[in-house]
Parts: sequence; C-alpha cells; structure tokens
Amino acid sequence: MPKLPAPPLPASLKTPPPRPGHGNGNSGPLEDAKLAGVTVVDWVDERTSLSGAARWLMFRKVPRGTNWFYTLGSATMFAFLSQAVTGVFLAMYYRPDPAGGAYESIRYVTNDVFLGQFVRGMHKWGSSVMVVLVFLHMGRTFFFGAYKYPRELNWVIGVVLLILTMMMSFTGYLLPFDQRAYWATIVGVNINGTGPLVGPYLSDFMRGGSEFGATTLSRFYAIHMLLIPGLLAALLGAHLYLVAKLGTTAPPWTKATQRHELHETEV
Amino acid sequence: MPDKRDKHKSKYTLDRGIPGAFEGETITRRRFMTGTAHGAGAVAAASFALPALGFAFGPVFKSNPHRWEVVGNIYQFPDNNYIPTVITLTPNIGEAGKSTVYIRKFNPEIDTDAADVDSHTPYIAISSRCAHVGCPVRWVDASERFICPCHGGVYDLLGRRVGGPPVRPLDRFYTRVAGENVEVGPRFSVNSQLRRFSPRDSGEPLDGIGQYMYPSRPGAQKL
Repeated sequence: MPKLPAPPLPASLKTPPPRPGHGNGNSGPLEDAKLAGVTVVDWVDERTSLSGAARWLMFRKVPRGTNWFYTLGSATMFAFLSQAVTGVFLAMYYRPDPAGGAYESIRYVTNDVFLGQFVRGMHKWGSSVMVVLVFLHMGRTFFFGAYKYPRELNWVIGVVLLILTMMMSFTGYLLPFDQRAYWATIVGVNINGTGPLVGPYLSDFMRGGSEFGATTLSRFYAIHMLLIPGLLAALLGAHLYLVAKLGTTAPPWTKATQRHELHETEV
Repeated sequence: MPDKRDKHKSKYTLDRGIPGAFEGETITRRRFMTGTAHGAGAVAAASFALPALGFAFGPVFKSNPHRWEVVGNIYQFPDNNYIPTVITLTPNIGEAGKSTVYIRKFNPEIDTDAADVDSHTPYIAISSRCAHVGCPVRWVDASERFICPCHGGVYDLLGRRVGGPPVRPLDRFYTRVAGENVEVGPRFSVNSQLRRFSPRDSGEPLDGIGQYMYPSRPGAQKL
C-alpha cells in the first residue's frame, strides 16, 4: 500500500539541514576542530593578507637537480633557533658576576636544575654544530656558484652572518667564567692586540679597559645576549627574503634542457 | 634646466630669482623650517647616541689609579731565586683579578742592563703573563728558566726570551720599600734591552718599530 506523504511539520520541529561537509560521512568533533582552525586562520588572513606571503615563501619553484646540499642553510638556521631557545632558558639562571656568581650560576644549572645539564649541553654543542653547518653552507654556495649575479648581495650578507656567528662563539665562550673561559679570552684579546696601530685600542675596547676587569664580563654578556642576536635576526631575515625573491640555482652539473625545435638537425 | 647660480651669487633670495621672495630675505622660509627640524632631530639623536658611544668607548680612555700592594718583608726575598707571590691586579672581582708575580731582590751583579730599571725596582717583580699570547708562565728553579706551557716560550733569569714564540721579555712590576715591607705597584713592559715602556699586551713587540706600531694607550701609562 503506498505511503502517504508525511504531513507538513511546523518550522520549529523540522530537522535542520546538514552543515557543509556534514551528511557525507564527515561529521564529528574532528571536523568541528578543523573548521574552527580554518576560521581562525581566515580571521587573521582577512586582516593581514599574510596567506599570499606565506604561499609565496613556501610554494616556491626550485630548479631540477636540487639536492640535499641545499638543506644546509636551513639546517644552520635551525641550529641558530636551537641556540636562541636554549640560550633563553640559560639566561633565566645565569648571573654575569665575575666575582664568582657566574661560575656558581652555571654550576647550579648543570647540577641542580631539572634538565639543566641537557639544556646547557644543547647550547654548548649546538654552537659547534652551527659553526660547522655555516661553513658547509658557505662551501656549498661557493662551489655551486650561487654567489654570482644577481645573488652578490646575499653572499655579502652571508659573510657578515659568518662574522657575527664567530663573534657569538667568542663572547659566549667567556660566560661560564671558568679557567678555560678566562684564559681563552685573555689569549683571544691579546691576539687581537697584535694588529698593528689599532690593535691595542681594539683590545682595550673589547676588554673595557687596559686590564681584564669587571666590565669585561658584562660587556661580553650584553654583546652575546642582545647586540649580536638582534643583528643576526635582522640579517637572517634579509638573507631569507633574498633567497625567496631570487630563487635558488641549479647545481653546476645540471645541463640546461633545450627545446627540440631549437636543436640543429643532422644533415 | 638653466643653472641660476654664478660665482658672485647674491645672498638675497630676491636677487636669486626664487619665487615668493621678499625684499631683504636671505633664506627662504621652507629652508629655515627644514633646517630647524633637522637640527632638532640631530640634537635628539645625539642625546641618546653620544652617551651610548661614551659608555662603549669610555673604558678605553679611563686610566686605573696606581695601586701599591704589600707582598712581604724585605728579608724573605733572595737575590738569586724567585718567590711566587699572589697579587691583585684588578680589585673587586675576586679570584679573577688575581695574578702571580715572581719576586727577588735586585742584584747588581745580574741586573746590569738598562740604566733606568733599578731606580724604580729595588726588588725585581716579574709578571707571570707570557709575552706571546698571555698564558701564565712557571719559574723552574733547576734550569733557571721561566717556561710557558701553552706554546713553549722560554725566558731566562732576567725574563728575556731565550726560546719559543714570545716577542719580548716578560713584563715587570714597579716595586718599592716602605719601612720593612716590600710593595708591588703597577706593571710595565720592557724591550729586549730591558728598557722601560708603558704596559703593553702580550704579542706586541717593543724593539725598533714595534714601539710605534703598538702605541702606548691612554689608560696605561708608565710611571
């Protein structure tokens, strides 16, 4: 017997129509979470237009032949970020006091703080990792000819970044203020002083006086914590912008592909 | 665009043909306002930049006051062997400001070089900082040598270099006798003829052209 159609229901008792994405197997808290995420991103994007910039940065074209050597630059940057993060945590405990407080604060971090030895070790070894990676990255750029036009400015910025990295290593080495740190700094500053004419004044400027004193440790700490990280972050931003804007080069062994119609045909 | 300037440019804007000029004006209002704004900006920038620069470079020109420190009495230092003594180079920073000095009595038979060494040093106080890059040297009595562990620098009884990479003899400290006490004062550097110079850092030679290439600094002068 045919079913009669159901009588019309008042609006308040009708089942609501399915939401977009729902009704075809996509319903539940996971879908709701995704929708919430998309909504938040849309809210920010509508007010900043950042999604265009993000797509420009992340979905770049790379040449054929791009290989693992091209990851060395990002690796250096991640080493730097690791140093920055571990450095922030160390800075919460470190005291730049030459009369014993510096050594004591590092001893406290190493022995008494939960995971302090791990964070300090990450920072100490991370600096060596960063220096090694920065040289490998520089070597890769050089041997692949990626410093040539129009990337000369990027190479110059990279050299400045290298010098800043070396300065970070030098200033950071003094901070634990143990025997090795103290004497290495004495030796390093004296080596600086062997430059003719300006050497002695440069040594005085680095030490903050004609003798290694209380101001030396404070100077090195301020340079290591504030001055050079700021310069590094700014120049790193410029370096990355230029890489995204100019693109990467193909490895030097890649032959350029030619179009068939341009080939000379055998006669 | 034709250049309106000539060698005998009038100082009046009216003569120079600038539009909007009035009689007797020598500078336009726009230029005056711009110049004043630039001047005020320069004053504002200098007010925080100059103290910052002074803060960074001030210590280069600051001279530390001369400090004399008692290290013992006149009977405890022989004239043919060195006694290691600890002095404070830089006060107020604890252990990091201390250093070792090797002291012996002035011996006229041995200390014959350099006429003006003895007048300020009734006791010879040799610095333990190697003249190569600054590692601490050790006096070895048996061989009558100062030996540096870092790169093998060797000095003789008078602190003159006899081997290794150092570029000049070991530095010395002024000494004086106060009553029955021996006091050690500021440091000074010597060249190979043991002539006195203001204190220099390690690695800076003082013979010949070296004393001009590595000049004396305002913060460290000899007595």
